[in-house]
Amino acid sequence: MTDPRVSVIADRLKEVRRVVAVSSGKGGVGKSLVASTLALTLAKKGCVAGLFDLDFTSPSTHMILGAAGQRPTEEKGVVPPVVHGLRYMSVVYYSGDLAAPLRGVDVSNALIELLCITRWGKLDWLVLDMPPGIGDATLDLLRLVPSLEFLIVTTPSLLAFETVRKLAGMLRQLGRPVVGVVENMKMRPSSWVQDQVRMLGLKYLGEIPYDPDVEESVGDVDKLMRTVFARKVGELALRF
Amino acid sequence: MHEWALAEAVVAAASKVAEEQGLTRVSEVMIRVGELQQIEPEVFEFALSQLKSGRLEHAAFVTRSAKARLRCRACGRRWSFSREKLDADAAEAIHFVPEVAHSYIRCPRCGSPDFEFVEGRGVWLESVTGAR
Repeated sequence: MTDPRVSVIADRLKEVRRVVAVSSGKGGVGKSLVASTLALTLAKKGCVAGLFDLDFTSPSTHMILGAAGQRPTEEKGVVPPVVHGLRYMSVVYYSGDLAAPLRGVDVSNALIELLCITRWGKLDWLVLDMPPGIGDATLDLLRLVPSLEFLIVTTPSLLAFETVRKLAGMLRQLGRPVVGVVENMKMRPSSWVQDQVRMLGLKYLGEIPYDPDVEESVGDVDKLMRTVFARKVGELALRF
Repeated sequence: MHEWALAEAVVAAASKVAEEQGLTRVSEVMIRVGELQQIEPEVFEFALSQLKSGRLEHAAFVTRSAKARLRCRACGRRWSFSREKLDADAAEAIHFVPEVAHSYIRCPRCGSPDFEFVEGRGVWLESVTGAR
């Protein structure tokens, strides 16, 4: 038997100019905030942008955006609602406030289902908030979205960067593009991450200082976009 | 009309299979539709009839439904999916993304959310037949 859903995924994304997966080796490095703020920044600059939360078991971008009230509409599939100027999709529209305890095969199936039925339309950018690590979502996207580009987020932590090294190595072997590496939550001056990124042959997009105001702005997009964090994300968005 | 998106997928997949098998005129496309996804058959079949073209233009799309059966990974209990036990919002959510069943359904014996869909999850293309 054949799974028919994969046959239309390329068609669903054919009008999306660039698909960028905001990824990391480890959790807790700020991917969701970077992905959300990046998508909001691109939209503010006049681009047509979408944000797709692919962290199905631990989605959080809906909280960052304060996305409540809107829902996808049905039109020969599902059309993402527009949230703060972004076409936005998350599994929380279906799982609500409940836990989504999914094994890998379920993550894979949910991803394929949503890629099959979601009509993004014409986009300049589709930003994907990825789950941490090199798991089912990453492997499926590598298989199903040939144009996929990666933006890697790390912290100055040796532990976080070690996993970046592995992710970057795999992407290099596969010949998949990495637009660059962002060093998030920087607390003291050091060029260590920058040096390491360059040794990997990747572009160091910049650093984002640890910004305590970000936590206070969760759910308030106007406040978020006034933070140092958002200003830094805006600067690095100009570099790729 | 979420069924339309799935029908598009079936037509695209069947066209690809027909091309790979060198079929110039497809006579029959067999589809298995899992109960868990609660597809509206009339809507799905209407979409298929509107979407078929080219080598699929004269094909008969035959859909067979498959009961949704679940198995608990924690205690081994097997049971059948029952839409009647779900409220309307949960049933609709599962219709769009069957995996969110893990948010709404629990093993009737041990209460675990760790179960698998043994069969009857979603839409599958079973076979494509026709003339070369």
